[in-house]
Amino acid sequence: MNYQPVIGLEVHLHLKTKSKAFCGCSTEFGKEPNSQVCPVCLGFPGSLPVLNQTAFFYAVKTGLALNCSIAEFTKFDRKNYYYPDLPKNYQISQYDMPIASEGFLDIESEGKPKRVGIIRVHLEEDAGKLIHRDDSSCVDFNRAGIPLLEIVTKPEINSPLEAYEYLTLLKSTLEYLDVSDCDMEKGSLRCDANVSVRKKSETTLGTKTELKNMNSFKGVRDALAYEIDRQIEVLGSGGKLIQETRLWDPQKLKTHPMRSKEEAMDYRYFPEPDLPPFVIAKDKCAQIKREIPELPRQKVLRFMKEYNLSAYDARVLASSKSNALYAEECLVNYSGKDKKQIVNWLTGALLSQARSRNCPLSGLKVTPSDLIKLVGFVEKQQVSALSAKTVLAQMISTGRAPEEIIKEKNLSQICDESSLEAFIEEAIKENPKSVKDYQQGKQNALMFLVGQTMKKSKGKANPKVVQELLKRRI
Amino acid sequence: MQIKEDTLNYLAHLGRIELEAQESKILSGQLKDILDFIDQLKKVDIKDVSATSHILSISNVLRDDLSGESLTREDALKNAPVKEGNFFVVPKVIE
Ligand SMILES: [Zn+2]
Repeated sequence: MNYQPVIGLEVHLHLKTKSKAFCGCSTEFGKEPNSQVCPVCLGFPGSLPVLNQTAFFYAVKTGLALNCSIAEFTKFDRKNYYYPDLPKNYQISQYDMPIASEGFLDIESEGKPKRVGIIRVHLEEDAGKLIHRDDSSCVDFNRAGIPLLEIVTKPEINSPLEAYEYLTLLKSTLEYLDVSDCDMEKGSLRCDANVSVRKKSETTLGTKTELKNMNSFKGVRDALAYEIDRQIEVLGSGGKLIQETRLWDPQKLKTHPMRSKEEAMDYRYFPEPDLPPFVIAKDKCAQIKREIPELPRQKVLRFMKEYNLSAYDARVLASSKSNALYAEECLVNYSGKDKKQIVNWLTGALLSQARSRNCPLSGLKVTPSDLIKLVGFVEKQQVSALSAKTVLAQMISTGRAPEEIIKEKNLSQICDESSLEAFIEEAIKENPKSVKDYQQGKQNALMFLVGQTMKKSKGKANPKVVQELLKRRI
Repeated sequence: MQIKEDTLNYLAHLGRIELEAQESKILSGQLKDILDFIDQLKKVDIKDVSATSHILSISNVLRDDLSGESLTREDALKNAPVKEGNFFVVPKVIE
């Protein structure tokens, strides 16, 4: 059967503020339980919320970066429900007048551009954290009241891969904006998904399920793929789907229905009487807009145009703001015509080292100017590509300049014929059969002799020069 | 408008309160009065009145993002019916 998946994503994101959304408690992660709480975030009677302006402006900034219209007038509402992680028995959220709405994010999936519509971006507060035990649950309210941004897409995503690409670009955009740590492990970014399938000819949406408990973008992709298959199988065998919430099990790689809790939530939203509405002044909005840096997608396009990078290389380098900055310093100052020469080092050896150390490129001890020097040595054949890798490893571990390392380790490449003569002589003498083979037209035999000569020079001979010399000799 | 028993029970459940038969009777009456009053309001011509989302027509102020003092843990946990170490303890909420 020809089914089309229809996916909508809901991302919740901790904003990077010093204090909570409506009180002055610290938002620092990993502190002693219940050490960052006060009458406001514990919901004591008589306490009153006062909105954190940084949280408010971060929400506006994110909305603008996602091409949304920003409300001139916005308000907060109470979302009422009982759960022990929610001390007030309501969450301060936004119902019908979110800070930002009707935007989009342009992504690319399998080489094709795709525009994902954003329904809304609104500000709310996080709940506390529950730790479940055998017979009871422990509550830590340090997280209660941390400003949370909810970003909801239209149901316009049509494959798990598109969902993955959207999340990746969204995260990268948010990091560029510097509004959140976006750390899924710490719970500062969470994602839920709504998914349904429908026959390609249909226009109405099928019965959807809500997926929760995915703790990585890969988890979201896998959970969606599993759930889409499951729904198609149920429908294909004549079954009926029910609207439900399902949890992703990352060990079993399956979704299963969420038990208990939900008996159709009735949140009874109403305007938060403790917070009069807010007006977002046009000039403030314009000022925030001016502060938005070049965003990843624009940077990718510019890197491709200005430095002639491939789409892939540009995306790899632009995916983090700090790496993009480092890469651009290399690209600008590298005087060679073919930027690919330096890009290969950046996206290859350097980036893999940075990843394995879990740090940005700038966190390695290699300065852009030292990297440019090293690439220059390779180009001028003063050092072999192989030795250059050794030099780079040394640069990363010691932070020393490449020329020093090359000199000290005696790694400079031997190009001059007289110095290579002895190695070649030896190689020829020791391998008469290969010499004969080459003379009888076997090209491989020549490469073997090059290899032997290289070995004798301890890898320092320039293979191209060796090859030329060998050809002349035999 | 009469309040059905089901509706009242549902509302009581949402508010997590238990009602005695006598209380249910009183509250149904009061709820009916409230709804009747709302019905009266519905009849008012509001064609020329702009919508409000707050009783006061003011716009709010914001505070600087500065982290200040929180409660001491002793104070925070002082009135908790059940506590353990630094935690509030509640009956188990998931199966
Ligand atoms: Zn607080």
